[in-house]
Amino acid sequence: MRISLLAGLMVLLTSLAALAQQASAQTAVDDPAPMQSLLQEQSAVILKSSRKTIAPAIAAIAGSELPQAQAVLQAWQAKALWMRKSDGLFFRGEKLESKSYRLFDFDSGAVIGEFPKSDLKQIKPNSGIRAMIATALVQFQLSDPDPARRHEALLAIERAPAAALLAPLRASIETEPDAGIKARKTRIAQLLTIAHDADEARRVETINAMSGDLGLDVRATLNPLVATQLQAFGGAVPEALNIAREVMPGDDALSRDAAYGLLVGAKLAPPLISKDEIRTTLAGHIEGGKVGGVPIAQLNTDEARARAYAALVAAERAPAQITEAEVTQSLNDHIFAEVYQEPSQAITTAAEAALTSIDTQVAIGQTVDLTLDALSLASIYFLAAIGLAITFGVMGVINMAHGEFIMMGAYTGYVVQQVIPNHTVSILVAVPLAFAVTFAAGVAMERLVIRWLYNRPLETLLATFGISIALQQLAKNIFGTQARPLTAPGWLDGAWIINDVVSISYIRIAIFMLALIFLGVFLFIMRRTRLGLETRAVTQNRAMAGSMGINPERVNMLTFGLGSGIAGIAGVAIGLFAKVTSELGSDYIVQSFMTVVVGGVGNIWGTLAGATMIGFFQKGVEWLNPSNTLAAQTYMILFIIVFIQFRPRGIIALKGRAAGD
Amino acid sequence: MSDTFLKRNPSVLIFLAVLALFVLGVTLLAEGAGAGVISTSFVKTLGKTLCLALIAVAMDLVWGYTGILSLGHFAFFGLGGYMIGMWLMYARTQAIVVSSLAEAPIPATESEIVDAIGNQIFGVVGSREFPLIWMFADSLVLQLVLVVAVPGILALVFGWLAFRSRVTGVYLSILTQAMTLGLALYLFQNDSGLRGNNGLSGLQNLPGLDHVPQATMSIWFFWASAAALALGYLFAAWIVSGKFGSVLRGIRDNEARVRFLGYSVEGYKLFIFTVTAIIAGIAGALYYPQAGIINPAEIAPVASIYLAVWVAIGGRGRLYGAVIGAVFVSLVSSWFTGGQAPDLDLGFYTLKWVDWWLIVLGLSFVLVTLFAPRGIGGLVDLWSERRQPDRHGADLGPGAGALREKEASK
Repeated sequence: MRISLLAGLMVLLTSLAALAQQASAQTAVDDPAPMQSLLQEQSAVILKSSRKTIAPAIAAIAGSELPQAQAVLQAWQAKALWMRKSDGLFFRGEKLESKSYRLFDFDSGAVIGEFPKSDLKQIKPNSGIRAMIATALVQFQLSDPDPARRHEALLAIERAPAAALLAPLRASIETEPDAGIKARKTRIAQLLTIAHDADEARRVETINAMSGDLGLDVRATLNPLVATQLQAFGGAVPEALNIAREVMPGDDALSRDAAYGLLVGAKLAPPLISKDEIRTTLAGHIEGGKVGGVPIAQLNTDEARARAYAALVAAERAPAQITEAEVTQSLNDHIFAEVYQEPSQAITTAAEAALTSIDTQVAIGQTVDLTLDALSLASIYFLAAIGLAITFGVMGVINMAHGEFIMMGAYTGYVVQQVIPNHTVSILVAVPLAFAVTFAAGVAMERLVIRWLYNRPLETLLATFGISIALQQLAKNIFGTQARPLTAPGWLDGAWIINDVVSISYIRIAIFMLALIFLGVFLFIMRRTRLGLETRAVTQNRAMAGSMGINPERVNMLTFGLGSGIAGIAGVAIGLFAKVTSELGSDYIVQSFMTVVVGGVGNIWGTLAGATMIGFFQKGVEWLNPSNTLAAQTYMILFIIVFIQFRPRGIIALKGRAAGD
Repeated sequence: MSDTFLKRNPSVLIFLAVLALFVLGVTLLAEGAGAGVISTSFVKTLGKTLCLALIAVAMDLVWGYTGILSLGHFAFFGLGGYMIGMWLMYARTQAIVVSSLAEAPIPATESEIVDAIGNQIFGVVGSREFPLIWMFADSLVLQLVLVVAVPGILALVFGWLAFRSRVTGVYLSILTQAMTLGLALYLFQNDSGLRGNNGLSGLQNLPGLDHVPQATMSIWFFWASAAALALGYLFAAWIVSGKFGSVLRGIRDNEARVRFLGYSVEGYKLFIFTVTAIIAGIAGALYYPQAGIINPAEIAPVASIYLAVWVAIGGRGRLYGAVIGAVFVSLVSSWFTGGQAPDLDLGFYTLKWVDWWLIVLGLSFVLVTLFAPRGIGGLVDLWSERRQPDRHGADLGPGAGALREKEASK
C-alpha cells in the first residue's frame, strides 16, 4: 500500500516535471498562447455548453496536438474551467475560500492571480458532455505513465468503441512498457480495426487473423458486420447492395404472411383486412337490424359475415378485401432478399467465414462445458446416493429418511458456521461433526425401528417415511421455513475459467473430488476392513455369518450408521451450493433411489454408473430444451422407467449367490 | 348368489348401514337440506373425506390384498380430478364468455367464442391456444369417459411395463413414486397444457347451475361421494370375497408359489392395479369439484405415501380398516392443522399443534407399524374374538416366510 503510494507520488512528480519542461519549450513558438487562442476560437460553443453543438470544440482541443490539451480537457471535465468576464479568457480555477478563486494560465501554467467569484463564469458541462470529454481524454490516458489510468482508458474504449480512437490506440501500442496491457491494447486495436478501420483490406486481414478466437468480444464485434435486414424489391435487386441471400416467400425463413406483412410495411401492397376489422366495419354499418342486407342474428358465421361485407364493398362503403390471388400476385411481383447492413462484400464474406469457424470452436467448447456440467451433476447424485448404496444397496433396507439425514448434515454445517465464523475452519469441523450426528441418528434409528422390520421391507419403507416427515417438521420448527445459508470458504469461490465458453466453478470441482474420495473410502471399507468383510457376510447369509462368530446385530448397526454418516457429509457438501431448507433431503430422495436402482443394487460401481448416466442424461435433455429444467426431470424419470424394462436389475447386476435371491 | 355373498361378508352390510346412517344424519343436520347445524364448508370436508375413503379402499385392494405398495395412486386421483376439472372450467368460462360477447353489436362466431375461452383460461400461462388435450373439454360425456380412461390407460401401460419385467416389492414402490414425481413435474410446466402450477380453479361452480346455492350443491356432492363409496366398497368386497380374492392374497403372501401353481400372476396384478387406478380416478373426479381447485402440488409423491399411511393406520387387508384409517387420519389431521386444536402448555414450552402435528403423526405411524400392524381395524378383532397366529420370535429357516420359533413350539 505504502509502496504504491510512493510510486504514485514519483509518477506524479515526474509528469509534473515533464509538463513544466514542455511548457518552457512551448514558449519558444511564435504564438505565445496557442491554447488560449484555440479556446477563444471555440468560445461561443464552449459557453453555450450544449451536448448537440459541443463536439467540434472538444475535437479541436483534443486534436490540437498541443501538450496542454489534456490539462484543459481534464479541467473542463472536473468543472474547473473558468472564464474571466472582463476579457473572456479561459483559465483553470482553484478554489481558495468561499468566494474567491486562483486562476492558472493553461499555456504557461503560471498563476494569473486571485479573483472573486463574481468576476468569473464557471463552465459546467452536463453529464453527456463530460462523457464526450472522457472519450476525448482516452487518447491521452492511453500513454499515461500510470498503468491504472491506461487500464481505465482501455475499459472506456471497450465500453464505447469509436473510429476516432483507433489511431491513438495504435500509436500507443509501440511504446507500451507493460506486456499485459500491450497484449490487451493489441487485441482491442484489432477489434477496432475490424469494426471501424477505413482500409478494407486491413479489416479483412484482421478478421481472418482473429477467426477461431473464442472471446465473446470477437463475436460481439463480428456479429454486427453480418447483421442482415429483410427487404422487398419491386424489380431487380440494386447492384450496389450487399445481398446475403434471396428468399422465396413460403420458405422456412419467410412465411407467406410475414412476406406480405413486409410488403405492407414498405407500402408496396395494400394491407389485408383482418376478421376483427371486418367485424368492426360491419358493426359500424348496422341499418335497421341488417348489415348489407344480412340480418344481424345470422352474422355468427364467417360465411354470412363475408356476404354482408361483400355487399358493403359493392355499395362502396368499405374497402375491398384483398383476395388470395392478389396476395400471390404481389408476392410474385417482388423479390425478397436479406441485405447486409455492411456495404462491403469482402468484409461480410470474411466475417461469415470467421463466425463459422468460431461457431465450430464454440460448439466443441460447449460440448466440453456440458460434459463438465454433467460430471458435476453426476457427482452430486453420487454423493446423495452413496449412503443409500450402503443402507439400501448392501443391507436392503429402504430408508425413506435418508434425505432427512442429508438435511441434518447440511443443518449441522449451518449451526457450526454460527459458532465458528471462519469458513474454512468451520467446514473442516462440520464434516466430521455431521458424520457423527447422522451416524448417531442412523444407529438410533436402526436400534429402535429398523431391526424389528428386517423381514418386512414394505413396512420399513412406511416406518422410515413416518420418521422422515417427523424429522422434516422438526427441522421446520427449529430452523424455520426460510432457507439458511451455508457459505463456502473463500478459496472455493469463483470458477476455473478455461475460456469464454468453458468454465467450471471450484465448488463443483471440490464436490467431484469429494465424490471420488467417498468412492475410495467405500471401496476401502468394503474390501479391506473387517467391518466390510463382516457386512458382506451378514448380507449374504445372516445365519451362517452368525455361526462364524460374527455378531449380525452389531454389524447391521454399524453399517447402517456408516451409510447414514456418509449421507451427513454429503449434506454438508450439497448445502454449500443448494439452499439449506427442511425440504433439502426430499428433493434428492427419489433421484437417489433411482440412482441406486438404475445402477444395480449392491454394487458401488453400479451406483457410480447410475449417477453418471442420470447426470449426463439430464444435462443432455436440458441442453436440447434449455428453458425447461422441469421437463428434463420428467424425461429423465420416463427414461428410467423404460430403462428398468430392459435391465430390471440395473446396469451392473449382481450374479450368483451375491444376488441374494 | 347375492345372499351368499352378503352372508359370507357380514361386515359389508354393517358398513353400508353405518354409511347410510351417517349420510342421513349429515343430511338432516346440514345447512343445505336440514337443520343447519353443520356448515356448508364442513359438509364439503365430509364429502371430500368420503372420496378419500374411496381411494383408500382402492389402495387397500392393491396393497392390503395384493401386496403391491403403489405410491402412485394419488396421481390417478389427481388425473381424475384434472379430467373433470377441464370440463368444469371450459363450460363455466364458455358461459361467461358467451354472456359477455352477447353485448357486442355483431353476434360472435363459433371460433371467436373458442378463442375467447382459450384466452381466458390460458392467459395466465401466457398462451391463448387450446392444447390438443383439451380436444374433448366441451363435452361432459367425453370428459367423464376420460375420468375413467386416462387413469386406467396410464395404469395399464405402466403396470404392464412394470409387472412384465417382474419389478416387485420396494422396487415397484420406488418406480411408482418416480412415475408420480414425473407426472407432477410435468404438470408443473406452464406448457403442459394444464395451466402449470396455477392448476384448474373455480371448480366448485357447476356450469348452468348458478342459481343453486353452494349449500345445496355441497349436499348433492356429499350424496354422490357416499354413493360412490358404497358402490366402490361393494365392488371391492365382491372382488376379494371369491376365488379371485384368494389368488390376490396368495400373490401377496408368496408370489412365486402362486405362479408355480399356474396362475398368471402378472395378469391378476395388472387387473387389480388398473381397476384401482380407475376407482382412484373416480374418487378424484368427485373430490376436486368439492375442493374447488386442483394443482400439481396435489399429486406430489408425498400425497401417495400419506394414502399408504391412512390404510396402514386403519388396518390393511380389511376394507373397513382402510375407510376407518382415511376418515380418522384426515379428519384428525385437518382438526390439528386447522388451528382448532388447543395449544398444549407444557410449562416450559407451548406446543402449537399446527407445528407439531406432523411430528406426532410421523411418530405414531412408526409406532403403529412396530406395535400394531393390524391398525385401528385390529380393535374389531378383539371384539369379534378373531385370533391371529402368534408369529413372533426368530426365524427357523432362511426365508422370510419360514416357521418361527414360537409357532414351531406350539
